[in-house]
Amino acid sequence: MSMTATAGRAHADPHHIGVVVEHPGPASKRIVTAYGFWVFLLSDIVMFSCFFAAYAVLHGQTAGGPRGAEIFEQRNVAIETVCLLLSSFTCGMASIAADVRNRFWFYLGMTVTCVLGLIFLAIEFREFADLIARGYGPTRSAFLSSFFSLVGCHGLHVSAGVLWLLTMMAQVFAKGFRADVLRRMMCFALFWHALDIIWVGVFSVVYLLGSAA
Amino acid sequence: MSDQAHVHGERDLAPGEEEQHSVGERILGYVVGLALALLLTATSFFIAGTDLVWQPSIPVALIVLAIAQMGVHLVFFLHITTGPDNTNNVLALAFGLLVVFLVVGGTVWIMSNLNANMPPMDQIMMRQ
Repeated sequence: MSMTATAGRAHADPHHIGVVVEHPGPASKRIVTAYGFWVFLLSDIVMFSCFFAAYAVLHGQTAGGPRGAEIFEQRNVAIETVCLLLSSFTCGMASIAADVRNRFWFYLGMTVTCVLGLIFLAIEFREFADLIARGYGPTRSAFLSSFFSLVGCHGLHVSAGVLWLLTMMAQVFAKGFRADVLRRMMCFALFWHALDIIWVGVFSVVYLLGSAA
Repeated sequence: MSDQAHVHGERDLAPGEEEQHSVGERILGYVVGLALALLLTATSFFIAGTDLVWQPSIPVALIVLAIAQMGVHLVFFLHITTGPDNTNNVLALAFGLLVVFLVVGGTVWIMSNLNANMPPMDQIMMRQ
C-alpha cells in the first residue's frame, strides 16, 4: 500500500470509526463476483457440514458390517492428500500466471493441477470399486452409506472442478486473458482451494479418526 | 489529498485477492503455505498411527491439527486476512462457521442424547 497522506490516515483509523466516509461508489465487478462466489462456497461448506454430521452420528452403526479401521488404507489416503495439496499449490501458481498474463506458466500450472486432480479421482474411484466388489457398498450399513455420501460428494465436486479447469484452459486459449475470463479463473481458484479445505476435514475426521477409534 | 489516493485507501479486497505484491512475494506466500500444510498433514498421519503419545489424546490432536491446517489454507491460499480491506470476507466466513458449528455440534449433541435414552433394539422388538 502506497504511503500517501490518505493511506496514512487509513492506517491510523483502519475501520473508519469516527471518519465521515465519502463513499467511493459501488465495488468493481471483480470484487462483487468473487464475493458472491465466496458466499456460495460458504453455503457449500454448510452443506458438507450436514454430511459430516451424518457421518459423525452414524459411524458406529455398522450393522455387523466392517468398521472403518478394517477398510481404510492409510497409504492411499496419504497419496490422495498430497495430490490435492500439490494441486492447490499449482492452481495458485496458475492464477498468479493468469494475473501477469503469462500463457506458458498458466497452461503448465493448470495441466499439472488437472493431472493431480485426475490421480486423486482415480485412487478414490479404485477404492470405491474395491469396496463395492467386496460387498461393502453403500447399502451394507448406515456407516457405509454416510461414508460413501460424504466422500463421494467431495469426489463429485473434484470432478466438476476438473471439468471447470479444462473449460478455463479452453477459454484462455480461445479468448485470451480477458477481464471476464480472469474473473472466472479467480472463482475457479477459490473453488479448488475450498475443496482442499474440505478434504482436510475428510481425511482427518473420516480416515484418521475413523481408523483410530 | 487527491481523490485517487482516497479511493485507494478505502478499497476492499475480493476473496482470494491479495494486496499489491510482486510476483516473487506471491509465489513465496504459496510456498510457505504449502510447506506448513505438508508439515501439518505429515504430523496428522504420524499421530494417527503412533504409539508414542497417550492414546486418548489422539482424536483431540487430530482435530486441532485439522483446524490449524484449514487456517493455513485460508490465510496462504485463499488470502483471508484480518486487514480492514477484508472485513466483508471475514464476516461472511464467520457466519458460515457459526452455521457449521450449529449443524455439526447440535446434531452430535442431540443424537447422542437420543441414543443414550433409547432401549436396545431387541427390547423394542420384544414389546411388539
